[in-house]
Amino acid sequence: MDPFFSIYVWPAIVMIGQSLLLLVCLLVFIAFILLADRKIWAAVQLRRGPNVVGPFGLFQSFADLLKFVFKEPIIPAGANKGVFLLAPLVAVTLALATWAVIPLADGWVIANINVGILYVFAISSLEVYGIIMGGWASNSKYPFLGALRSAAQMVSYEVSIGFVIVTVLLCVGSLNLSDIVYAQKDGLGTMIGLPASFLDWHWLALFPMFIVFFISALAETNRPPFDLPEAESELVAGFMVEYGSTPYMMFMLGEYAAIVLMCSLTTILFLGGWLPPVDIAIFNWVPGIIWFVLKATLVFFMFAMVKAFVPRYRYDQLMRLGWKVFLPLSLAMVVITAFVLKLTGWA
Amino acid sequence: MGLQAIFFYLFAFVAVASAFMVISARNPVHSVLFLILVFFNAAGLFLLTGAEFLAMILLVVYIGAVAVLFLFVVMMLDIDFAELRSGVLQYAPIGILIGLIVAAELIVVIGGSVLTPDAAKAITMPIPNPAERTNTAALGDVLYTNYVYFFQIAGLVLLVAMIGAIVLTLRHRTHIKRQNISKQVGRTPATGVEVVKVKSGQGV
Repeated sequence: MDPFFSIYVWPAIVMIGQSLLLLVCLLVFIAFILLADRKIWAAVQLRRGPNVVGPFGLFQSFADLLKFVFKEPIIPAGANKGVFLLAPLVAVTLALATWAVIPLADGWVIANINVGILYVFAISSLEVYGIIMGGWASNSKYPFLGALRSAAQMVSYEVSIGFVIVTVLLCVGSLNLSDIVYAQKDGLGTMIGLPASFLDWHWLALFPMFIVFFISALAETNRPPFDLPEAESELVAGFMVEYGSTPYMMFMLGEYAAIVLMCSLTTILFLGGWLPPVDIAIFNWVPGIIWFVLKATLVFFMFAMVKAFVPRYRYDQLMRLGWKVFLPLSLAMVVITAFVLKLTGWA
Repeated sequence: MGLQAIFFYLFAFVAVASAFMVISARNPVHSVLFLILVFFNAAGLFLLTGAEFLAMILLVVYIGAVAVLFLFVVMMLDIDFAELRSGVLQYAPIGILIGLIVAAELIVVIGGSVLTPDAAKAITMPIPNPAERTNTAALGDVLYTNYVYFFQIAGLVLLVAMIGAIVLTLRHRTHIKRQNISKQVGRTPATGVEVVKVKSGQGV
């Protein structure tokens, strides 16, 4: 065989194939996650939710997709056309790009890079650009206000997310996402003599950080109760006011891709990734991807429940929570964790 | 090697082209967006040389935080461009001077490394093998082990600068209502509500 083919072409084909497979699975998963979000919200409010398209309304998201795609995209006359159309593309591309480094099961990762967690953190800190660009390019008051709020909000909560990630990294000693999962094979549970189980995962050892990360993830993805960028009672729909049809759909897609990403990240950092909850034969036979999806879905269920029953925060309360509560708390935890690890020699 | 060269020229070309667009774009917001593209491609170039940690930090710090603030400021400011453009020629000598200085520095650095390739090795620390020591750990060695005091001093300087900025901009406004969370949560029916028996026709 030609060496050019075996060195360049074949690896490229494999990589593209893997990426496409992951993207397709992810998009289908997001379609059902969207439906689940609406169904859970409806169930909390004693409504039926979408139930017309397909059995139990299962194909609602696909019907929505068709409707969005076949509508005419409208660009406001005063809008900055290039940036206006670039913004949803940026939002959706960045949200999907992060998935390249997420390990879905043992060895199931497209790019197993050394600085995986930093890459995720970096790309998710870029997601704010989709929102700012969209809000600015719309050339209208409400989108602009929404964009400014959102920029401030995402930048503030990134700080505490960063510190939470640092505490986890202190315990693991590596920035590689697969290593973070491997490190959760033994922990508090095995230390007191129990077999490997869910007690070893970081959620128990770093419990306050688990809570801080969950709430910061809500704020980072602009989910209720922190959905101030699109607070419909004040700003109509925030930065998305002027968007319709496919560009709007891309914003929604980017948002949900980011939400599913945050759920997966919580799973990897705190809930043991693809590890089974108890180390017994039956659970070990189940493929790791199933455990991963189950855990991520569980975290998403919490996201959906929070959306259903927590009222929206006021803007000053949001900033107070981020800067005056989470930042000192996570900073203190970094110091405490470092001291404990150093004094006990666990790391 | 071929693939690396292709990516190098791609990143380098886009970086230079968008750096040119930064200074030539008419709309300042477009300038900032092109600046972000420059940072992004610089991160790509870092990745090509194997400095993955620096590349990610460039993304997080420069694009994720600094450029957001730039964009914020540029969007909020109401700049009169006709006025700005009118006086542009009188700054030209300073601009040319700065350009010449930077060009001279570049020529000295690059020319030096071309003439004596081994000179850099003599004055810098040996570079650890990336296969054995990840560059996150290698940077940690340098910052937290070899130069820990300098690192701490730099941190202190930043802390002082931060406190200074807060002191300069902090002003306590009176006559505005503030929410005191602990006071609000601490209220009970006993302390919050007063039951008054009012005699009819008298009022409180």
